[in-house]
Amino acid sequence: MGDHVAGLPEESTPVGQKRLGLIVNPVAGIGGRVGLKGSDGTEIQQKARELGAVPEALNRAIQALERVRPVDDLQIITYPGEMGEDAARAGGFVPTIIGSIRRGETTAEDTRNAAQDMQRLGVDLVLFAGGDGTARDIADEYVRYSAIGEGSDVADGYIRRIRLVLGIPAGVKIHSAVFGTNPRSAGDLALLALQGRASGVREAEVMDIDEEAFRQGIVAARLYGYLNIPFQRRLVQGLKAASGPGDSAAMEAIAWDVVDGMDDETLYIIGPGTTTRAIASRLGVPKTLLGVDVVQQGRLVAADTNESQLLALLEERLAKVVVTPIGGQGYIFGRGNQQISPRVIRKVGKEHVIVVSTAAKIQALGGRPLLVDTGDREVDRMLSGYIRVVTGHREQAVYRVSC
Amino acid sequence: MSQKRPIVYPYIPNSVPAVKQQMLQEVGAESTEEFYEDVPQKLRFKGHLNLPPPLLSEYALKRHVEGILARNRTCGEYLSFLGAGCWHHHVPAICDEVNQRGEFLTAYAGEPYDDHGRFQALFEYASMMGELLNMDVVSVPTYDGFQAAATSIRMAARITGRRQVLISRTISADKLSKMQDYGKPEIEIRMIGYEHETGQLDLEALKAEISAEIPRYARNDRQSETAAVYFENPSYLGFVETHGDEIASIAHEHGALCVVGVDPISLGILTPPVEYGADIVCGDIQPLGMHMQFGGGQAGFIATRDEEKYVMEYPSRLFGIAPTRVPGEYGFGDVAYERTSFALREEGKEWVGTAAALWGITAGVYLATMGPQGMVEIGEGIMARSRYAMLEMGRLKGVQAPVFQSPHFKEFVVNFDGTGKTVAEVNRALLARGVFGGKDLTNEFPELGHSALYCVTEVHTQDDMDRLVRALREVVE
Amino acid sequence: MAQRDITQHRFTGGKPNLRRFHQARWDEPVIFELSRTGQRAILVPEVEDEIRERVGDVLATLPPSMRRKEPPRLPELAQPQVLRHYVRLSQENLGTDLNVDVGQGTCTMKYSPKVNDQLARSPKLADVHPLQDEETVQGILEIMFRFEQILKEISGMDQFSLQPGAGSAGIYANVSIVRAYHASRGEADQRDEIITTIFSHPSDAACAKTAGFKVITLYPDDDGYPDLDALKAAVSERTAGLFITNPEDTGIFNPKIEEFVRIVHEAGGLCAYDQANANGILGITRAGEAGFDLCQFNLHKTFSSPHGCGGPAVGPIGVRQELARFLPVPVVEFDGVKYRLNYDRPDSIGKIRPFYGVAPVVLRAYAWVMSLGAEGLREVSEIAVLNNNYLLKKMLEIPGVSAPYAQGKRRIEQVRYSWEELAQETGVHSEEIGLRAADFGVHYWTSHHPYVVPEPCTLEPTESYSQDELDEYAAILAHVAEEARTGPESVKAAPHNSTIHTIDPAPFDDPSQWAITWRAYRRKVRQWDKND
Repeated sequence: MGDHVAGLPEESTPVGQKRLGLIVNPVAGIGGRVGLKGSDGTEIQQKARELGAVPEALNRAIQALERVRPVDDLQIITYPGEMGEDAARAGGFVPTIIGSIRRGETTAEDTRNAAQDMQRLGVDLVLFAGGDGTARDIADEYVRYSAIGEGSDVADGYIRRIRLVLGIPAGVKIHSAVFGTNPRSAGDLALLALQGRASGVREAEVMDIDEEAFRQGIVAARLYGYLNIPFQRRLVQGLKAASGPGDSAAMEAIAWDVVDGMDDETLYIIGPGTTTRAIASRLGVPKTLLGVDVVQQGRLVAADTNESQLLALLEERLAKVVVTPIGGQGYIFGRGNQQISPRVIRKVGKEHVIVVSTAAKIQALGGRPLLVDTGDREVDRMLSGYIRVVTGHREQAVYRVSC
Repeated sequence: MSQKRPIVYPYIPNSVPAVKQQMLQEVGAESTEEFYEDVPQKLRFKGHLNLPPPLLSEYALKRHVEGILARNRTCGEYLSFLGAGCWHHHVPAICDEVNQRGEFLTAYAGEPYDDHGRFQALFEYASMMGELLNMDVVSVPTYDGFQAAATSIRMAARITGRRQVLISRTISADKLSKMQDYGKPEIEIRMIGYEHETGQLDLEALKAEISAEIPRYARNDRQSETAAVYFENPSYLGFVETHGDEIASIAHEHGALCVVGVDPISLGILTPPVEYGADIVCGDIQPLGMHMQFGGGQAGFIATRDEEKYVMEYPSRLFGIAPTRVPGEYGFGDVAYERTSFALREEGKEWVGTAAALWGITAGVYLATMGPQGMVEIGEGIMARSRYAMLEMGRLKGVQAPVFQSPHFKEFVVNFDGTGKTVAEVNRALLARGVFGGKDLTNEFPELGHSALYCVTEVHTQDDMDRLVRALREVVE
Repeated sequence: MAQRDITQHRFTGGKPNLRRFHQARWDEPVIFELSRTGQRAILVPEVEDEIRERVGDVLATLPPSMRRKEPPRLPELAQPQVLRHYVRLSQENLGTDLNVDVGQGTCTMKYSPKVNDQLARSPKLADVHPLQDEETVQGILEIMFRFEQILKEISGMDQFSLQPGAGSAGIYANVSIVRAYHASRGEADQRDEIITTIFSHPSDAACAKTAGFKVITLYPDDDGYPDLDALKAAVSERTAGLFITNPEDTGIFNPKIEEFVRIVHEAGGLCAYDQANANGILGITRAGEAGFDLCQFNLHKTFSSPHGCGGPAVGPIGVRQELARFLPVPVVEFDGVKYRLNYDRPDSIGKIRPFYGVAPVVLRAYAWVMSLGAEGLREVSEIAVLNNNYLLKKMLEIPGVSAPYAQGKRRIEQVRYSWEELAQETGVHSEEIGLRAADFGVHYWTSHHPYVVPEPCTLEPTESYSQDELDEYAAILAHVAEEARTGPESVKAAPHNSTIHTIDPAPFDDPSQWAITWRAYRRKVRQWDKND
């Protein structure tokens, strides 16, 4: 842990030509405007078109591509027709077309194929227009690892296998954190990444939303995985104060703080996330990237646990829960760490919940509160109000939590 | 009630009543009261502050302030041998010329584009200091030499992950006080004694202290071992530490850093500390073109090698050079702005704020003006003059000068035990003869008896020193 | 050639045109490149022959290891060339003396009266050594004492120290005092937390952390005010103190400030008022009445001492009587006849810098206050606030600008704007707008990092600029905003009329490329040349 990755990953450092892989999910967000939730499945797509829905992804992709024009010697590699060719041409580019599709009948399989093809060909950045579903499909191709036993030791190899990806938001409500804030800023960031001018690479959560449940008004989200996205810290501006540590340094600082506060008698239930992974790293313990692990006295007690395992462990023992906001919406419970169920939370007690987050992530909330959705209204209310968030070594924020 | 004509203030253009009215109208306010709606009535100050009546005309103001300042006596009017952290050196006219230009004087925090001159001037200052120190990284000026020393030892603590700092006893009590306060609660300071005859750091005492075992802390796995050994060269008491290389090796053998405080005006002739093993070098640049200003001309510097682990620990901004999109054009900006390392148990990398940039620019002008030859000549000249003063003063009955049998730079300790007079008495008598005697060390270094710290620089002529000796002769013999 | 009315082309529709500004661009080499071996810019006084005879070869008294082998490799120039170089560099800046410097929010870039500079350079101050007998420095001691009385009155606090070397140094000294206070009550270990807000100056947090405290940061409520409920959740028996700037950098005054103080007091903590933003409230409201225990000012901001490219400066600290014993030594006292420096303060936190502070800065501040008096100070604040609200109105007329928080309410002395709407529309960012504004002879500051307000820009007019100048500034930003819509390329490629062009920042973060000194640069460039 603590690898400061400056610039782009080694294999994709541009030599001469820059190659941008473009994937447009033509049906992303198609349901939204006409009041349908999600867009998985040809049935829903059909229904949406009947209601007069127009696919947004195309326009969003064009907006983003316009920002990328200044790149010298840029080759756009994409799939035919609505999966990227149309957007590229409308954006004034002459793309290289690969793969084949059945126009008007594209599916998640096509997205995965496109992602796989681009990986084989080797592009500097995969820019995709879509929503959580699209992100998940791409993650399927780009994230290959096993849940148990992965931890900071694998970080190096892990980073090497992951391609650089960035999403142009074109979905209903997006929970994954792999997207630019809007098409233009996604385009700006893609431009910087392609020119080798991005500040670095950051891991961002891919959330998998169960769309069937979503349509019935239930948000069931799980943490699906992580993708590497470029990020840009703002250029130096009339500074009167130091900026503080970069992301990995901030996470290290948080890890130090939490570890310093650990005592031998307490069980620590550590939720998924890159910040919580840093804590495991500091302890020298492997961390299930997407799951909940339990440690005590600096050693792993149980990995990738579910609710009943946690409850069993909690019998007769003092415990604390360590969580971090997952996904782009700021949920500290209920999106990706449901194993830490209402029963677990009740047993542990609000005062033993430790929330960790870099200050940058808190600020990215733009004043919106942290959110909880455990499934139990009472527990949600108990967690609401104000909570201390560990943002660094001996640094905390007091922030609002809402349900 | 008499209607006083409202005053139009020269520094407040919009205080012209008609303009004020018009602007109020434009923002749709009846009076400026409306702007303070968020200030609760309870907290509103009633009436006017009880301040002295204003001196509205520039002439009245000038006369008033000059009248007060007239009560001061200066080192131009009196013959001064004071030093101890603030020194009387000649300030080339060109230094004053540059630092009073409004463009430098009133600039602040603009971009490297619209304040390019400031960035280049500070880069050049750091570069010239780099040549003086023979090191590749020099910070933008911090408040003063005390801060530089305090920050240097904290940097050493961060880099080594250790807490203990060993400091030579021949240090200013004031500086030590600052280093102690600034080091709380992380840094533990221990003093290392000196050789009675020479003043030199006691190497045996250092060896004993640096390998002393200290119990480990309960939960963290970091011993309280030595992070750094700090000494000054020349010492606060004026002599040159001649065993810097041995001090540095002892430090390095134990994994500690060697931190040395220097007087930059001595570096034309004295070996830069990095060459005898220093890892961090610090000091005060006041001698390089700043008037004494009652202590207002101080500014600190910190220098290290160009290694990432050092660069990352500077709390101050570091300016680097870079190309622009126009070939051959220079640009400047912040190096390692985002300090990406979080070295062990660091307690924050201190802070960044306004400090003493204008003095840094001035020091750059000074060094560019002096050039290599100037720095050699001034150093050698100072040494010659102070040696002369020591020899002449040493001939006075009951006076020992210098106390320490070591080479000296510009300051030296003089002992008056043999005269039966206290330093205070001597200085009072000197004052009556138009002379400022050296700083009284009696309380600061009681083991030195009735001693004072005398300072001789290039501003002292032979006549000046002869006059001092004559005056002293009258006083003590 | 016939004479013409030149002025008619300076106005369009009654409004002045924007300047056809170009900053000085000398393409000046780095001073080392101007060096020619053998040149001298000054000659040093010679040692008299008699002294030489008496002392012999002084350098021989040094052991060989302590003698510098070669002269330092400083540049060698003659005097006119040194001067020319630096005067050129001086021209390549925008200072308060030159431009409408309202863009450097929180810096309070007001006019530094020249008469005060003149007074500060008087040999009666410049040539005074700090350790001279007190008899001989009664003048400057009197100035310091009088100024302390002025600060006491302005703040409502009981005693001051003028020692700290700038605002942050003052904050640190206050943190030290808070620590000493709790230590004196045996609660040093227990009270290890200091609370601050995200819109307070970052030094409030950084100094507390440097002193070993845990820092708790409060985020604002929806209206942009510090969140009182968050404070209540943050205080405990571990609270050592609250360090807060008010008004905050958003220009918003916290109407509940008294309650904030009360809550912290009830928890046993002390309250320190960071008064960096005092320019709008002089004579309006004081730290004392709000219940604060400590405060700190910035003489190089509110009190007109020039900024000097970043110092020297003074950050005086004031405390309630109960805490006076902890102030740094020495304190300046007056017995009715003489001024003296009192070191007999056993509970003092010690010295925080050599000697007593930066006297010339104190002198300027004193002279400034004396030229204005109580009414004048009041006018300073009222006009600073009027100017700010006037500029606020003009800024909000620019499409794409907003002033987040406290919608529809007035501000005190500065405003943090947001260009978010414009950025969404055009893709042009706040930094780029600032750089294009430099093409018209002004600059601005965005915000402390990291940005809480998106696409920020913080403007503080102060009382020193005329209505015309405020109009000019707003007109420039309006023009740039328009360009962002119609022809963003010129904005994105800015600056065009500055001293230099777009800098390539790649070397700054790469240890193999960064060069903080010319020697490091030459060394690394030679490496690159070798690799070619």
